[in-house]
Amino acid sequence: MIFMYNKPIFTNNSNTALYILSVIVENKPGVLFRITNLFRSRNFNIESITVGITEKPDLSRMTITTKSDVKTLEQLVKQLRKTIDVIQVNVLDKENAVYRELALIKMNARDPTTRIEIANFASIYRGNIMDISNETITVELIGTPDKIDAFKNLVSSYGIIQVARTGVSALARGAINDEL
Amino acid sequence: MSEISGASALLSALEREKVEYIFGLPGGANLPIYDALVDSKIRHILVRHEQSAAHMADGYARIKRKAGVCFATSGPGATNLVTGIATAYADSAPIVAVTGQVALPMIGKDAFQEIDIIGITNPCTKYAFQPRHASEIPEMVKKSFYIAESGRPGPVLIDIPKDIQQQVTKIDFPEYIKVRGYNPAVDPDLSEINKACEMLLKAEKPVIMAGGGVILSGAFSELQALAELLTIPVVTTFKGKGAFPENHHLALGPIGMHGHAEANRMILEADCIMAIGARFSDRTVGRFDEFGKDINVIHFDIDPAEIGKNKAVNAAVIGDVKSSLRTLIKMIPKTFKSDEEVSKQWLNRKKELVSYYEDTLKDYSREITAKKALKKLREILPADGIVTTEVGQCQMWASLHFDVITPGTFFSSTGLGTMGFGFPASIGAKAARNNVPVVDIAGDGSFNMTENSLAVSVLEDLPVIVFILNNYMLGMVAQWQRTFYNRRYSGVHQKNTPDYCKIAEAYGAQGIRVQSMEELEKAIKTAVNSNIATVIDIPIDPNEDVYPFVAPGTGLKDMVVGA
Ligand SMILES: Cc1ncc(C[n+]2csc(CCOP(=O)(O)OP(=O)(O)O)c2C)c(N)n1
Ligand SMILES: [Mg+2]
Repeated sequence: MIFMYNKPIFTNNSNTALYILSVIVENKPGVLFRITNLFRSRNFNIESITVGITEKPDLSRMTITTKSDVKTLEQLVKQLRKTIDVIQVNVLDKENAVYRELALIKMNARDPTTRIEIANFASIYRGNIMDISNETITVELIGTPDKIDAFKNLVSSYGIIQVARTGVSALARGAINDEL
Repeated sequence: MSEISGASALLSALEREKVEYIFGLPGGANLPIYDALVDSKIRHILVRHEQSAAHMADGYARIKRKAGVCFATSGPGATNLVTGIATAYADSAPIVAVTGQVALPMIGKDAFQEIDIIGITNPCTKYAFQPRHASEIPEMVKKSFYIAESGRPGPVLIDIPKDIQQQVTKIDFPEYIKVRGYNPAVDPDLSEINKACEMLLKAEKPVIMAGGGVILSGAFSELQALAELLTIPVVTTFKGKGAFPENHHLALGPIGMHGHAEANRMILEADCIMAIGARFSDRTVGRFDEFGKDINVIHFDIDPAEIGKNKAVNAAVIGDVKSSLRTLIKMIPKTFKSDEEVSKQWLNRKKELVSYYEDTLKDYSREITAKKALKKLREILPADGIVTTEVGQCQMWASLHFDVITPGTFFSSTGLGTMGFGFPASIGAKAARNNVPVVDIAGDGSFNMTENSLAVSVLEDLPVIVFILNNYMLGMVAQWQRTFYNRRYSGVHQKNTPDYCKIAEAYGAQGIRVQSMEELEKAIKTAVNSNIATVIDIPIDPNEDVYPFVAPGTGLKDMVVGA
């Protein structure tokens, strides 16, 4: 869903929800600083933020997830658009976007049956075993944040030692062109 | 093409932007720039503190409606600029600040006088540049002026490492630049203008609330045309003071915490509010939830992010307010005639309120009061004289009792409320328009903060008048301590120090202390007619409060008009 300057798009929903923003920015030093500083100084709540280069070497794509109400979201989008190094901001609609996060989850696995159980869960979740030792097992998981949360809940009884999550990366589906 | 240094490129680029003045102070990290300055046509004004350099650039910008320029060295020079940059940011004033920085290889090494000024000023600059090669400088300068002056104006910083200032290389000066991702010129949505037009035409008790955006875009005649065409009373925000002639029969003056009582009342009774270039700040509207409740609120602004930020509105027109207003005026049917009976009633209500409050808010009897002094100043100062203020009671009294007649001749630090702003800013204003008298309506406390700019006013032949409403008190703070802290005064007494006439004389300016209205009249005339900086020291009652007052957290309806 694309915010227009003149018209607030969201008028129906005033409760907080998780939104995914796809933001095209100049790929140059200081941009990430300006943007994260904006979040802090304006009190925006950011769940995750990922940055990476796009198909054009001078542009980066930031994917930002934020839990906010519609009014705050609208301000966030407008403030981002106002930021000079920001080229484009789109609020992605879950239905019309693919979005994925990668997580590495390290768990206690001293006992061989535990290792087998975890490996089974991992394969159900289409995860990969990335490392295995006498003490621990580390699983790589790619999916929506919900799926990663679900897996974490499932294995929490074994004792999670460390988690590293990348945050969400997302693109609009099909021919929806959010590019300049 | 010959090779030149980064510093020379900077000065040439500034000359190409038609910069007349640079306000600044040198140091180790901008020595190459100061060396290049020797060969430049641009006039350098040596300040006594970098904060004042930024305020002077700001005052210049607000009168010239063109970016002002200030220079400082790295480290403490740069940090001294910060208050001035933040002040300009809060009031959307365009300035281009150029700081020296330690040489590139030293950056990040905690070198002598190294400070991350780009990081420090991030929240109060519209943009910042740091060239990595001297050849980048001309383009950055051009972009800085473009960004600072266009859209919603604001400060831009150029932080130049010393080795880049010294680097000699082939340097091009671009004619055109484009800043991708920056689109300040949004075409207003005609359907929204149409909606606004319909709301205004059908309103019976409309009020226009003119903000600083009207002044920034110079939409004075458009505003006046609209108000007269539809017979709409005009209030302003404090920043918008003087967007509309305050002696006009439709003018009500500023609303807000210390707004005019009749203006605060009138906007409460309106059935349609049209905000033009205003941001619905807490100081202006009191409570966001009460202001303009259940009535049509129209918002014209250049900054899309202001729409709906503090106040949900019923019609939003984004774009330069001057051209949006022109479009709106054209949309009003030629055949339209406002219902005379209805507008007469509304204007009568205005007159009623004005005379009611005139009686309620009588000045009390003392030889000199702030109100009397300011009315006297208005009497004598030519209509096109420029007035700025310091911060505190003096500022609020200026807002209440000094009527701006020529639009765009008044400004103040309204957003950040920076004590010490007015005096250097008035010097900047004088540089921008030296054929009119310029007055800083000052408080004693505020004047202390930047009084060393007297040296600049005297030596650079930029004479201004400092009109000190002297209560030897941090008066506004004292008022709050009287009102909210049970008269427990803490840290507010200035204890009859200093002697402002002697201060003036020490710098070669003239100082006049007055004891009566008659002496005041003479002093103002002397100051206006002389071409030397003049400080007029006007003793007033240290215990007087500013009224009306809308306490923070309350709404305009809770306005208190007297103790
Ligand atoms: C730089 C700065 N420091 C502190 C304040 C807080 N403050 C607001 S008004 C005021 C008193 C100003 O005193 P003065 O200039 O004498 O004006 P008066 O209120 O007495 O007219 C102070 C300390 C401020 N606005 N700016
Ligand atoms: Mg005082």
